[in-house]
Amino acid sequence: MKHNIYLSLLVMFATIYAVRALPLTLLRREIKNKFIRSFLYYVPYVSLSVMTFPAILRATGDVRSGLAGLISAVILAWVDGNLFRVSIGACLVVYLVEMIL
Amino acid sequence: MIKTFVLCQGATFFDCLRSDNRSNMHVNLHKRGSGGIMNDSENSGIISKKASEKTSETISEATSKKEKQPIAVQSNNRSWFFKGMKDGFPIAMGYFAVAFTLGIASKKAGLSSIQASLMSAMMLASAGQFAGIEMIAGGAGYLEMAMTTMIVNLRYLLMSSALSQKIERGKPFYHRLLMAYAVTDELFGISISVEGRLNPCYLYGAASIAAPGWVLGTFLGAVIGMILPVRVMNALNVALYGMFLAVVIPASKKSKIVAGVVIASMVTSALFSVVPGLREISSGFQMIILTILLAGISAILFPVKEEDEHEA
Repeated sequence: MKHNIYLSLLVMFATIYAVRALPLTLLRREIKNKFIRSFLYYVPYVSLSVMTFPAILRATGDVRSGLAGLISAVILAWVDGNLFRVSIGACLVVYLVEMIL
Repeated sequence: MIKTFVLCQGATFFDCLRSDNRSNMHVNLHKRGSGGIMNDSENSGIISKKASEKTSETISEATSKKEKQPIAVQSNNRSWFFKGMKDGFPIAMGYFAVAFTLGIASKKAGLSSIQASLMSAMMLASAGQFAGIEMIAGGAGYLEMAMTTMIVNLRYLLMSSALSQKIERGKPFYHRLLMAYAVTDELFGISISVEGRLNPCYLYGAASIAAPGWVLGTFLGAVIGMILPVRVMNALNVALYGMFLAVVIPASKKSKIVAGVVIASMVTSALFSVVPGLREISSGFQMIILTILLAGISAILFPVKEEDEHEA
């Protein structure tokens, strides 16, 4: 049985928007609790790290090129830190490594 | 309600591209004076150019100059918007590649290219959309759709919570409703790593580039399928991870604690991807579990002092 696609899209949009909007609109005051403040401070670092590794190794056609992308991105981020250059640099390295492989 | 939403959005972009005398020029000037936002010396925008010409002057002198120069005073929101656009560019590139595969998957599931693009424009979510496509193809009920969408995207609850504390004080409420649309992994990543408080215009600027990349990628993926060489697609897939690393690595350089948290997160995440029993957990849930667990432990072991927070 197929449901109406547009209605399905609307349901999914409403849900995902609610998930994003509720904390933004409800947590308007500055949180004073030290634990929660610290928790939220660490959230981006943990979540971004968890999403990056080991997923980056599987993002390309070959683990080796993924690893090369990871290493080059870490080095670039360490010495430079510019979002754009880090991203492009890692892409280029992956491309070159896959050409050699 | 939709009408108000659109009106607000129009007003906001208008604000971002024009002026806002109420916002904290002072703070921004100060930051730019001490090396610029995110330590990027190449920040463009009128303020930074003006400010860099005057680096030898003290902040208070520069501020009084600004008051006499209406052109410079205008550009606070605007320079944030343009900075966002600049940082949104690599995101758009990565999005394009991922969305391209999404477009192909949508087509296979029976969605038209317009429906696929509409879905991308509405949801702006990778894993969430892949799950959505599967559900549409499988004829899932609306309740199941709502539940699954909520669970797969639950991480945004954490991200929005963190973001809620980062927004500049005194910004009107409607900004929070607009910003909610653009809370994605990547846009969150760059927004949360802005030095000091977040001006919503930065997020709008980034989203104004990244979201079209996402939608366009989906559309082209659905229409022309595999046209890009595999090697190019593979290379582009790394762009998003490169950006995540560009957020966590510089912070690790500054703080040993953050470095430790980053390494612990990666090691645990790797464990979760190989250990039987754990690896069966979907990646969205793994992320939620690990984030709550590790951020919680870190918060207990290393409570953050006020100064650290402002550096983040």
